[in-house]
Amino acid sequence: MLEIENLTVEVAGKEILRDLYLNIERGEVHVLFGPNGCGKTTLLLTILGFPAYKVKSGSIKFKGVDITNLPTNERVKLGMGVSFQHPPQIRGVTLGDMVNIAQGRSEAAIDEGVIELAARLNIPYEFLSRDVNLGFSGGEVKRSEILQLMAQSPEFIMFDEPDSGVDVGNIELIGGIMSELLDRNKLPSKRVRAGLIITHSGFIMRYIKADRAHVMLEGSIACSGMPDEITKNIMEVGFEKCVEKCKVK
Amino acid sequence: MNKRDIIIERAKRAREKKAGLGDDINLERYNTAGSEHDALKSLAEVPQEHKQSLLRAGIEPSESGRSGSFLLQDRSVVFSRVKSPGLELMSTTEALKRHEWLATDYLWKAIPVDMDKYTADVELDETNGYFIRAKANSKVTIPVQACLFITTDKTGQKVHNIIIAEENSELHIITGCSVAHAVQSALHLGVSEFYVKRGAKITFTMIHNWSEGVEVRPRTAVVIEDDGTFISNYILMTPVKSLQTYPTAYCEGKNARANFQSIIYASGNARIDMGSRAVLKGERSRAEIISRVLATDNAEVIARGEVIGEGANASGHIECRGLMLSDNAAITSIPELKAVRKDLDLSHEAAVGKIAEEAILYLMARGLSEEEATSVIIRGFLNVDITGLPEALARETKKMLDMSLEKVM
Repeated sequence: MLEIENLTVEVAGKEILRDLYLNIERGEVHVLFGPNGCGKTTLLLTILGFPAYKVKSGSIKFKGVDITNLPTNERVKLGMGVSFQHPPQIRGVTLGDMVNIAQGRSEAAIDEGVIELAARLNIPYEFLSRDVNLGFSGGEVKRSEILQLMAQSPEFIMFDEPDSGVDVGNIELIGGIMSELLDRNKLPSKRVRAGLIITHSGFIMRYIKADRAHVMLEGSIACSGMPDEITKNIMEVGFEKCVEKCKVK
Repeated sequence: MNKRDIIIERAKRAREKKAGLGDDINLERYNTAGSEHDALKSLAEVPQEHKQSLLRAGIEPSESGRSGSFLLQDRSVVFSRVKSPGLELMSTTEALKRHEWLATDYLWKAIPVDMDKYTADVELDETNGYFIRAKANSKVTIPVQACLFITTDKTGQKVHNIIIAEENSELHIITGCSVAHAVQSALHLGVSEFYVKRGAKITFTMIHNWSEGVEVRPRTAVVIEDDGTFISNYILMTPVKSLQTYPTAYCEGKNARANFQSIIYASGNARIDMGSRAVLKGERSRAEIISRVLATDNAEVIARGEVIGEGANASGHIECRGLMLSDNAAITSIPELKAVRKDLDLSHEAAVGKIAEEAILYLMARGLSEEEATSVIIRGFLNVDITGLPEALARETKKMLDMSLEKVM
């Protein structure tokens, strides 16, 4: 579904990603680990096509289409969605407006189904009329992002640190809904949606099963493997030693 | 000399008195002799070509959902009808004949006739305008509509409005100022004196629908007694040559409250100097002044706000936000606070900025194109919560704002 080849990316003249390869098949969920500043978010925003992320070489294909030079909204129309770690505040634009936009609805009224989805995320109806991200707590930001994704229902979803700043009570809820959004509750042969989860702590992985894990170091994918094994190694020896272990194998 | 003569004398002396703010206007460029228009039997008789201009200024030609309607065309009152028994509505000229007390107790009481050459001219020239009065204890929740309409080129429209909400009454007014397509240049001088009596409430929603050649100098003052409330919503979305106004609310009584909300989309070569001021004299009186200014093309806007705290435990807040859409435009934001005692609570926040790129990208990540995202952000920026209006009127005001926005975006 997503094929990244030989990708080198610059931000403000500085090379952040180097010769990166990543292949995510339909129905798969991949998790990307890595220390702060290694380029995880850069990869996500490059896949999404934000203009500050300049592709110097390589290509990104999504559903067989070369999207390397497509604007963000065109990529989104092809079926891509994202949960941001630090989404901006927009005064006068409510969460309800964002949900309608994600659904492609033009009217101001909020879809009944969305109100039910919000309730599942413990988002009260009144909360939908608040300006998006303005004064939201860390956990509220995550739930708001996930609600927008539920409304959008994309085929390929990227989550940037879905577990940061979320209290224990909500992390299970978020993990459960992410699992649903990514067809995790279906038989492997019936899964059509795919995802990429970025996590620094790995905490969320207790609540969602991934098919494959990668460790990113200094702008490249340094090792890949089974999620349980990689998680265990990172927990025991840290990112760099984990990569070394990979290499020894 | 009787009182009226004294007023005229003062006006004559102020004939050359330039206003403290705004470009000076040569009043002689505009016709003082009015183009006469015949009275209409109903607003439905307004010619089709003008109906759209009325609609854009929030005026409902069918008169439905209105407790009264008033139309001033150039310098002639062509229509005035009141439907609600709790209400008086007529031309100011007529009202001055009917009520002797109007001249002695209200005319030029809130605004000095010699404030500047514009107020003087309104007094000295042939003037019309509306008189609206809600009778004591009558709560007229259905709005009255008044339209000040310019259809003849070079017209100098001079208006003197007097609005009184008697004790414990409630009055909602929509005023639309509009101009016909054929008008290349025109002048509008509008004096409005509001009197909010004890426990009364006035909401005043004004939509300015001018064009590039129109110079506008409204002069507005509001006197609010104990427990009285005045809420103003001002919307300007169309181009204008120049506009300078600084409406002032005098919160005289205990718990008197004034709210000003202004939404300005400044485009073309407009020169706009617009503010709202509240003088908090009464104990626990309060004011809130909110403005949203969007400047594009070569527009220059000065957004002012002033709260003067004089009464015990008075409180006031100013919020000015500006959004710049052009390198050739300018916004100057000037919030001012003055406190003269220690138990006051006055605050202001002002910000002028651009559209944040990250906000555009966020919306694009939800599927909008860059243009659509920009439009959503602008709408959001101008989306001020309009409080205090009856629900139907609030909905309608929102619709009017949407309609104006659709025209400009």
